[in-house]
Amino acid sequence: MSDKSDTKQAASRAPVSQRAFTVEKPKDTTGIGSQVSITIDDREIKVPVGATILDAAKELGIHIPTLCFHDDLCVAGVCRVCVVEVEGQRTLQAACAYPVTAPINVKTHTRKVRQARRHVVDLLLSKHYGECYACVRNNNCELQSLAKEYGVDHFRFGHPDAPIYDPDESSYSVHRDMNKCVLCRRCVRTCIDLQEVGVLDAAHRGVESRIETFLDKPLADVVCINCGQCVNRCPTGALKANDPTDDVWAAIDDPAKHVVIQTAPSPRAGVGECFGLEPGIPLTLEMNTALRRCGFDRVFDTNFTADLTIIEEGTELIQRLHTALVQKEPVALPQFTSCSPGWVKFIEHFYPEMLPNLSSAKSPQQMFGAIIKTYYAKVNNLDPKDIVSVALMPCSAKKFECNRPEMNDSGYKDVDYGLTTRELARMISEAGIHLPEVPKSPFDDPFGQETGSGVIFGASGGVMEAALRSVIELVCGIKVEDLYDHADIIPVRGFEGVKYAEITVPDVGPVPDILAHLVPNWDWLKGATLKVGVCHGTANAKKVLDDIRAGGKFSECHFIEFMACPGGCLGGGGQPIPTTAEIRAARARAIYSEDDRSEVRKSHENPAVLELYGKFLTDGPCGEMSHKLLHTGYVPRGKYIP
Amino acid sequence: MTTMKTITNTLTFSAVDPDAGLKKALTKSRADVIAEMNASGLKGRGGAGFPTSVKWNLAAAAKSDKKVVVCNADEGEPGTFKDRVILADFPDLVLEGMTIAGYAIGAKTGIIYLRGEYSYLRQPLEAAIEKRRAANLLGNDIAGKSGFSFDIVIRMGAGAYVCGEETALIESLEGHRGESRNRPPFPVDTGFMGNPTIVNNVETLAWAACILAKGGDWFNSMGTEQSAGRKLFSVSGDCARPGVYEFPLGVTIQEVLDDVGADDAKAVQVGGASGHCVPAGDFQRTLAFEDMPTGGSMIVFGQDRDMLEVAINFLDFFLEESCGQCTPCREGNEKLLEGALLLQEGRCSMGYLKNLCALGETMQLASKCGLGQSSPNAFLSIVDHFKDEVLGRTAMAPIEG
Repeated sequence: MSDKSDTKQAASRAPVSQRAFTVEKPKDTTGIGSQVSITIDDREIKVPVGATILDAAKELGIHIPTLCFHDDLCVAGVCRVCVVEVEGQRTLQAACAYPVTAPINVKTHTRKVRQARRHVVDLLLSKHYGECYACVRNNNCELQSLAKEYGVDHFRFGHPDAPIYDPDESSYSVHRDMNKCVLCRRCVRTCIDLQEVGVLDAAHRGVESRIETFLDKPLADVVCINCGQCVNRCPTGALKANDPTDDVWAAIDDPAKHVVIQTAPSPRAGVGECFGLEPGIPLTLEMNTALRRCGFDRVFDTNFTADLTIIEEGTELIQRLHTALVQKEPVALPQFTSCSPGWVKFIEHFYPEMLPNLSSAKSPQQMFGAIIKTYYAKVNNLDPKDIVSVALMPCSAKKFECNRPEMNDSGYKDVDYGLTTRELARMISEAGIHLPEVPKSPFDDPFGQETGSGVIFGASGGVMEAALRSVIELVCGIKVEDLYDHADIIPVRGFEGVKYAEITVPDVGPVPDILAHLVPNWDWLKGATLKVGVCHGTANAKKVLDDIRAGGKFSECHFIEFMACPGGCLGGGGQPIPTTAEIRAARARAIYSEDDRSEVRKSHENPAVLELYGKFLTDGPCGEMSHKLLHTGYVPRGKYIP
Repeated sequence: MTTMKTITNTLTFSAVDPDAGLKKALTKSRADVIAEMNASGLKGRGGAGFPTSVKWNLAAAAKSDKKVVVCNADEGEPGTFKDRVILADFPDLVLEGMTIAGYAIGAKTGIIYLRGEYSYLRQPLEAAIEKRRAANLLGNDIAGKSGFSFDIVIRMGAGAYVCGEETALIESLEGHRGESRNRPPFPVDTGFMGNPTIVNNVETLAWAACILAKGGDWFNSMGTEQSAGRKLFSVSGDCARPGVYEFPLGVTIQEVLDDVGADDAKAVQVGGASGHCVPAGDFQRTLAFEDMPTGGSMIVFGQDRDMLEVAINFLDFFLEESCGQCTPCREGNEKLLEGALLLQEGRCSMGYLKNLCALGETMQLASKCGLGQSSPNAFLSIVDHFKDEVLGRTAMAPIEG
């Protein structure tokens, strides 16, 4: 049975109608009375009391089809494709929603069951407008798979020949086409229960039922945070990311354009899944080759600006702490990370009064955009107007972020297009490249040197670990390895929804040159205990923010990492579909193995970053130049929808 | 508003001493009250027929100090209006029954979920509740019984038929869309706001008050072995005296028809839109849980009625009233309706009709709640019993293709 710890909610906000009975599972599942026997298709197995029929069938290796069920979500039990016959019950039962609390006898493929499943598929197809070969989810669609599995060779109850709804393409990030919706409500449960945003809900009744935003307004006009978690969990093509690949191809095709792409850590950990590989096999250097073959002029590693973010955000933190501890002046603490654009929009909508706590540092994507069209253009004697800057991200919110009006500090649009992992995989396929088989090649200079600290940005806790590695060394004057074996700061790793850690500064060292303009010495931090928090998924973010409001332990923190998506960026809304806790864990292993292999594992040791400060951002971290290019402001959006 | 007085025959409810049942109940232990209910053999009068004492016993056994008694007054089954008569004429009996239930299961809170269309009954009910509070029949230490506190509030439905289904009713009470829940858990364990909850029909609660007043054996001596006691029926349609009639369970359809002056009936829809259509040849069947279970709705169709139109009317109703969460009910009813319209035009092939009947079976078996499971009943029984009439349409348009 899967470990859902990274997404599990203590108190679900979903209506009970969309939740199954969850029996408190005994901790010791071997004790007397904690196991119950179930017979499925004449095979018997003992399962913990409260396990569902579906759980038990999985243990037995018996396949029961599902559609509305998703490993990460509370159980709705609405599609009825997983129905089975339970002896003694008049009606068929949904295997996903039936907890086993007494011995039962189950049959999974009787006449009634087969007929019901086929009918469910037939009925869904009778409303599902669209042709498979003209769909972004072709070959990765759960409805298509079910149709195949149940031998659908004609439309028993008809098939729509014209769309009913206009697609909603208002959002920079997520597009909705309700003509393809099968009303499984995974998006609803994702939004309200997993993320606690609640943009989507079922509206109307009976045959008029459909999934709507508030008053059916365009997605761009409601409190959507663009995280795209709904896209990752939609079984069909009803939800998809806004796809700019045509524009990117057009830029590549234009000889006057210098097209550069930066690639974030998470896509390289996930892209293999789009080419049939098991999750968890990183294809970093293969991807570099493929991108060049696609026609990108330069391939850069976003890790470079991840390291830059650490320096800028870390410096900002030191400034805030100095203000609070030495100058004794009021300052917003704890400082919140600002790398995750879904999280940023979440706090803008739901906790606007806490925006002062948000680091003003831009995300690595946007820092890179600003650097490319200024420093890189200058060094390479390029006119920034001829540069097309593309960002490969695991994220749909990054598409919105690069279109924020304030993200033009280079004098141009800092990042022109955000591509998701899925979109890039399609571009690579379109170029006739089978990614796993291409030779490896390094990233391009001058930002080529990657560090392990940058790469772990992809996993929940990674930003915090990277920051701590640098803070410990810069402040304490010791090696992280002296405190943490192999510099692996385990307390901030892992998929627990909310994490908390304390690190006492044992001693202080000299102030390094790069920070000498900010503080005379570190004496004021001697013996201090640095309290940090890490959380991922906005439902967990909400818990932390509510705790801060209530004056709880997180209000005592100095620095808190927030990621909008469950698992962090590796579980982002632009990553390959499907997503489960297991898949995310595999991607995390891939990311940490990259870190492990890195020669340089600390942001402040990244030679390219140091060179940038030496040659371009000469007034140092949080200096005037970096404030102009690398920092930003936020919009208190609130929940009011005009 | 001016309403015509609904015709009734003599109702037992009018001959029961007010609050005799409650007073007797309060002299008994909680277990003995449930034992009395058990002796009566009363089964739920909303139509599902679940033994009331079993439900009460399960809730009584649940450990919680926030148990809830819900009176299901969301009478929405087409052709059913007996609860309206009870609420209008015998409100105290219902409130008394709720109080007894509260005592039996250990609940402090009672909620009447009143059908939106019955909003005109709200004020008289509030007045009745207030009167009982003043008489110490609600509130703390009720009728001098130290430590027994119970009070009742009214919550209005908003017109959704599905909210008569107990778990959808609870969702609605909690402020959510009216949609049925997965079960288990059952409301007796996890109901309103997660607390143990019993949901009983208006009539069930009224009978509970009578049973405590007159004894379980009195009730059990009426009706049949498996269907104890008497029941109210709402009779409407092609008959001389439509109204609310009380009969012992086990009465035949013919006996009811004779009483209401339906001499020329072609069929009777027993159990409302979700019930079955019974042709004249089956009028000797009995209204009892073991034969034709019903919440009380009987719609009489005279010889001139077009049975296909009847089926279409019911399907139209379900198309609107399905909550829309599960596939078989949401989409299935539309397909059945489209098929019925094809039949009407004489354009439905035998093969497609067979498909639709199989789909009806799937809806009965695979829908999430009782609404979807019973929604094809009317169509299927009409196709079954009136095949010639349903199929004997002249093609109004040439068959395409």
